[in-house]
Amino acid sequence: MSTTTENKKAPAGERVADWADGRLGIYSLAKANMRKIFPDHWSFMLGEICLYSFIIIILTGVYLTLFFHPSMNEVEYAGPYVPLQGQLMSEAFNSTMHISFEVRGGLLIRQIHHWAALIFVAAMLVHMMRVFFTGAFRKPREVNWLFGFLLLVLGMFTGFTGYSLPDDLLSGTGVRFMQGAVLSVPVVGTYLSMFLFGGEFPGGDFVARFYSVHILLLPGIMMGLLVAHLILVFYHKHTQFAGPGKTNKNVVGMPLLPVYMAKAGGFFFLVFGVIAVVSAIASINPIWAIGPYRPDQVSTGAQPDWYMGFSEGLIRVMPGWEVNAWGHTLVLGVFVPLMIFPLVLAAIAVYPFIESWVTGDKREHHILDRPRNAPTRTAFGVAWLTWYFVLLVGGGNDLWATHFHLSINSITWFVRIAFFVGPIIAFVVTKRICLGLQRRDKDKVLHGRESGIIKRLPHGEFVEVHEPLSQEQLHTLTAHDQYKPLELGPEVDENGVARKVSRSQKLRAKLSKGYYGGDNQIPKPTADEYKEITSGHGHH
Amino acid sequence: MKKLSARRRHPLAAVVVLLLALAATGGLYAAFAPADKAQAEETAQSLAIDEGKKLYAVGCASCHGTGGQGSPDGPSLVGVGAAAVDFQVATGRMPAQQPGAQVPKKKNIYNNDQIKQLAAYVASLGAGPVVPTDNQYNPEGADIGKGGELFRSNCAQCHNFTGEGGALTHGKYAPSLEGVSPKHIYEAMQTGPQNMPSFPDTTMPEKEKKDIIAYLDAVNGEKTASQGGLKLGGLGPVSEGLFAWIFGLGALIAVAVWVAARTAKAKKS
Amino acid sequence: MSSQDIPEENLPSEQDAAGHTLVKGADDPFADPGMPPHEHRIQDIDEKAARRSERSVALLFTISMLATIGFIASYVAFPVDKIVYIWPIGHISALNFALGVTLGIALFCIGAGAVHWARTLMSDVEIADERHAISAEPEVKAKVMADFAAGAEESGFGRRKLIRNTMFGAMALVPLSGVILLRDLGPLPEDKLRHTRWSKGKMLVNMNTHEPLRPSDVSVGSLTFVMPEGMTEHDHDFQTEIAKAALMIVRIQPDDIKDKRELEWSHEGIVAYSKICTHVGCPISLYEQQTHHVLCPCHQSTFDLSDGARVIFGPAGHALPQLRIGVNEEGYLEALGDFEEPVGPAFWERG
Repeated sequence: MSTTTENKKAPAGERVADWADGRLGIYSLAKANMRKIFPDHWSFMLGEICLYSFIIIILTGVYLTLFFHPSMNEVEYAGPYVPLQGQLMSEAFNSTMHISFEVRGGLLIRQIHHWAALIFVAAMLVHMMRVFFTGAFRKPREVNWLFGFLLLVLGMFTGFTGYSLPDDLLSGTGVRFMQGAVLSVPVVGTYLSMFLFGGEFPGGDFVARFYSVHILLLPGIMMGLLVAHLILVFYHKHTQFAGPGKTNKNVVGMPLLPVYMAKAGGFFFLVFGVIAVVSAIASINPIWAIGPYRPDQVSTGAQPDWYMGFSEGLIRVMPGWEVNAWGHTLVLGVFVPLMIFPLVLAAIAVYPFIESWVTGDKREHHILDRPRNAPTRTAFGVAWLTWYFVLLVGGGNDLWATHFHLSINSITWFVRIAFFVGPIIAFVVTKRICLGLQRRDKDKVLHGRESGIIKRLPHGEFVEVHEPLSQEQLHTLTAHDQYKPLELGPEVDENGVARKVSRSQKLRAKLSKGYYGGDNQIPKPTADEYKEITSGHGHH
Repeated sequence: MKKLSARRRHPLAAVVVLLLALAATGGLYAAFAPADKAQAEETAQSLAIDEGKKLYAVGCASCHGTGGQGSPDGPSLVGVGAAAVDFQVATGRMPAQQPGAQVPKKKNIYNNDQIKQLAAYVASLGAGPVVPTDNQYNPEGADIGKGGELFRSNCAQCHNFTGEGGALTHGKYAPSLEGVSPKHIYEAMQTGPQNMPSFPDTTMPEKEKKDIIAYLDAVNGEKTASQGGLKLGGLGPVSEGLFAWIFGLGALIAVAVWVAARTAKAKKS
Repeated sequence: MSSQDIPEENLPSEQDAAGHTLVKGADDPFADPGMPPHEHRIQDIDEKAARRSERSVALLFTISMLATIGFIASYVAFPVDKIVYIWPIGHISALNFALGVTLGIALFCIGAGAVHWARTLMSDVEIADERHAISAEPEVKAKVMADFAAGAEESGFGRRKLIRNTMFGAMALVPLSGVILLRDLGPLPEDKLRHTRWSKGKMLVNMNTHEPLRPSDVSVGSLTFVMPEGMTEHDHDFQTEIAKAALMIVRIQPDDIKDKRELEWSHEGIVAYSKICTHVGCPISLYEQQTHHVLCPCHQSTFDLSDGARVIFGPAGHALPQLRIGVNEEGYLEALGDFEEPVGPAFWERG
C-alpha cells in the first residue's frame, strides 16, 4: 500500500478495516471465523458445487432477463433461423430465438444457465446422499438437513418453471402434463387450473406468471435458505471422518485463511470453467429444433429435465384407474402419482427423525459414520435410490425401448413390478454387503492386513503373511459407536403389576432390534479379543 | 505371479477387475447377439434372375402368395403400387429376414433394374401409387418453414422433432429419418409402409410433401449445424441429463478430488 | 515431481514427534494415538521445487489473462452466424465455441492456479480446532426463562385474555385479504371444459391444406388432422380452442370396426376422434395403421381406434371421445354436433 509517505498512519487497508469495525464489529466476527478449520475430503466439496452452480445460474439468469420477453403474444418469426421463418410463435419463444441466434454470446449464456441448472440439482442430490450415507444429518444438524432438502425441492420447481419459459413444443407439453395433473385434484382441480392459467389451457398468462415465480419468488426463498444453510455449516463446524487425533470434540483440517480461501475460492472458478467448457461443446435444449408450442402438436420422446424424470416415471407406469360415481370423477390414474411424488421425496427427508427416534440418541455427532457401520441406514438409502432410479427408467421408457430394442410395454411392466420389489431387494442385498464389510474390518483389526505374500512354513504348510495394522488404522477401524437394541424390560414388574407398554414403544423396540439386534450388526472387536490373538504365537 | 498377487490389494484393483468383467460381458453379448449379416446369402441365387415375376416368385411369394394375394405371413400386394415396392425393396426392408414386431431397414440386395422389374410386376396386380419422379420430391425452392409446421403436425409425434425416430407399442418403432433419401421419404408418406399411416396427395398435396422433405434436409441433413455444440442424439432432456451427470458432475467431482487430495509428501527413497 | 531428486540432507529427520505421544493407552490397543506428525512436502524443504510451483501458478494466471483476451478477440472477430466444422463435435457456431472455450479456460486457470498455490505453497499443517456444545449452559437457560417469564408477565399476555383472543382473531383474519385478491387470477370453470368449437354442420377442415375434406380424400390407412371450419392459426384464441378441438381422421374398413356405436358415428368407415389424450392432454396421434392403435408419446396410453378407442394400455382412464360425422349437401365431411363428453384429461366434475 502507499504508506511510504505517511509512516505514522496505519496502512490504508487497516484504516478501512477500523472504520468498518467501528460500525459493523468485523474484528469480533473475523476472530471467530478467519482461521476457521475445514477438514479435507473430496466429498465435503459436493455442497460447494451446488453453491457455485447456484451462483452461476443467478449470474447468467440476470443476463438472460435483459433480453427475454415473458409474453405469450403471437408474433411471426423473422429472424435468421430459416426453418422457422414465417412461423407463428409467442414472444417468449421469439426472444429466446433472438438470444440464441442474434445476441453475441447469448447462446453461450443460455447454455451455461441450463447446464448449470442440471448440474445444480444433480449436485444437490449427490450432496444429500453424501450427508445421508455418512450420517451427517444427526444431531445437531437435523435442521440443516431439512434446509438442504427444501433447497432440493425448490431447485426442482425452479428448474421446471425455467424449462417452461421459452414456450417451445417440448416444455409446452410438460406444462400441459402439469395442467392435466392439476385437473385431477378432487373437488378443486378445475378451479386451480383456471386460476393458474388465467382460464383455459394454455391461455395467454402462464409464461408471465411462471416468469415471476422463476426469477423472483423461488430463487428469493432459495437464497434465504441457502444463507441459513451456510450459517449453520459455519456454526456447527464441519463434520469429519474418524481418524487419529480426530474426536467428537474437535475438527481437524486447514484454516479458512489462507488455505480454504484459496481452495474454495479457486473451486468456484473451476466449477464455472468446467460448466463454460461443457456449454461450449454440448448443445442443450435447442428450442429452434424443437419448434414453438402448439397444443395440437407433439414430439415423441417428450420428457422433462432429468430431475423431474422420476415423476414422469410415476405417471407413465400408473394403471389408468378412474372412478366415476354420483356424477363425479376421481382420476386415480393421475392423482395417485401426483400424491406419490411428494411421498418419494418425503421418505428420504423424514428418515433422520425416524432413526433418532429409534436410537433415542441425544448426543451431538460430529464424527461421520462409514456407511458399512450403519447397515440399516445404508440399506434404506440404497433402497430409496433404487426406487428413484426405477422411476427414472420408467420416465425414459421410450428411449430404453428404442436404444435396447425392447418393447415399451414390457419396460412399463418391469417398472411396475420393480417399483415394489426393487427397493426390497436392494435393501436386503445392501445390508448383507455392509455386514460382510464389517466382518472384513473385524478380521483386519484382529489378524492384520492380507499382504498377498505366501510363505511356506518348515513343515510344508503354506500361509499368507498378514501384516499387523498400525495403531492409527486400528483406531480408525474401531472408532465407531455400536448401539444395543432397545430392551422393553419385563411386561410385569417385580410386584406382579402389569406394566403398560405403549404401542409406539413396542414398535420402537422392534425397529431397534432390526437395526442393532442379533445379526444386524457385527460386534466390533474388543481389546481383549485383540490381545488374545496378538499375544499368542504370533499371527500369520 | 508374486507381483500380481501383491497388486490385487491395490486400491485400483477392483476397478481393473470391473473393467475386465465389463469387457468380457460385452464380448459375450457380441458373440451371442443375433448376426445381421447372414441374410444376403439365402436370396443370393435370385440375383441371377432378372425378370420381375421370377424375382417375385423367389423373393416374395413365400409370404405374399404366388399371385400377390397375401397370406398369413404377409399382406396382399394388390393395389399397393410401384412406389411401395420401390420403398420396401430399395431400403432393404423387403424381402423380410424374419417375422418380428417390425421389419427393419437393411442392406438392399436388388439392383435398380431388378427393383423396377419387381415394381412393374406388383403394379400390374392392381393400380396404386407410382414411383415418384425427381421433380415431385426434389425439395428445391420449397417452403422450409411451412415444412416444419407440417412436420410437427404430422410426423414429429412418431419420428421426433428432427426425425431421430421413436418408440411405438410392443417393440415397434418409428425409424430415424437421418440419411433417408428424399425419394424414399416421399414414397413412405404416400404409401404408409408397415404401421406408418399414409399421407396421400388428397390430404397432403405434393407441394407439402416437398416442404417436409426440405425441412428434414435443413434440420437433419449432412450439413445441418448444431449451433450449441454436440447434438447428443437430438433426443432431448434424457440424453442431456445423462451428459450433465457423467461429464458435467463427473468432471466436477474429479476436480473436487484433486482440490481436496493431499499434496505428495517428500519421502526418503 | 518425484522425490528422487531431493538431497538426502534436506529430508525431514525422523520427525519431531514432540506432543504426539498422547494417551498411548497401554492397555487399549485401539486408543486414539493422536494426530500423526506433520510430514513435509517437497516444496517445504526444497526451494527449487517451491519456485517451480510458484512459476506454475503464475503461468496458470497468465494463461487465464490470455484466454480473456482471446474471449474479447473472439467476440469481435466471429460473426454471430458463422458455422464451423470442429472434429469430433460437428458443425457448430464458431462464436459459441470460441467464447465458451476461452471463458472456460480463463476461469478454470484462475481456479487451478489458486488451488495449486494452496496445495503446494501454503502451509499444510493440520490444525485441530475445539468444538463447543451447542446447547446453552443451565445458568444461561435459567436466565432466559426468567427473562421470558418477566416479559410475558409485564405484557399481561396471559392475564388479559380478551386482548390475546382478539389479537389472534385479527391476525388469523388479515391474510384472508390476500387470498381474496387471488380470485381474479382466472375465471370460474363453469362448463368451459365441456364445449369445443365443434357444432352441427361445421365442416372438417384439413389442417395441412386448410380445405374441407371429401370422404373420397380419406383412404384406408391414412391419417389426417382437421379443425372446425372458421378457425385459423392467426385467431387470438387459436391455441386455447385447438387445445380442445384438435381432431384426427382415419378410415377403417367398416367390417373391421368392432364397436357398434363407433360404426354408427362414422361415415363409411371414416372415424373422427379427439386428438387430445384423456390422460393428461398430450396430442395423441402415433397411429399404427395395421393395428389401428394410437399411442400417446408422453405416457404411452394406447387406444384401439377400431374398438371405440378404448384404452388397451397405459395410464389413461377412459376412451378417446368420438365426434359424430356425416356429409353435407356439397359432399364435404361435417360434424353432426359437438363431442358428447368433455375432451382431454378427466376432472372432478366430469362424471
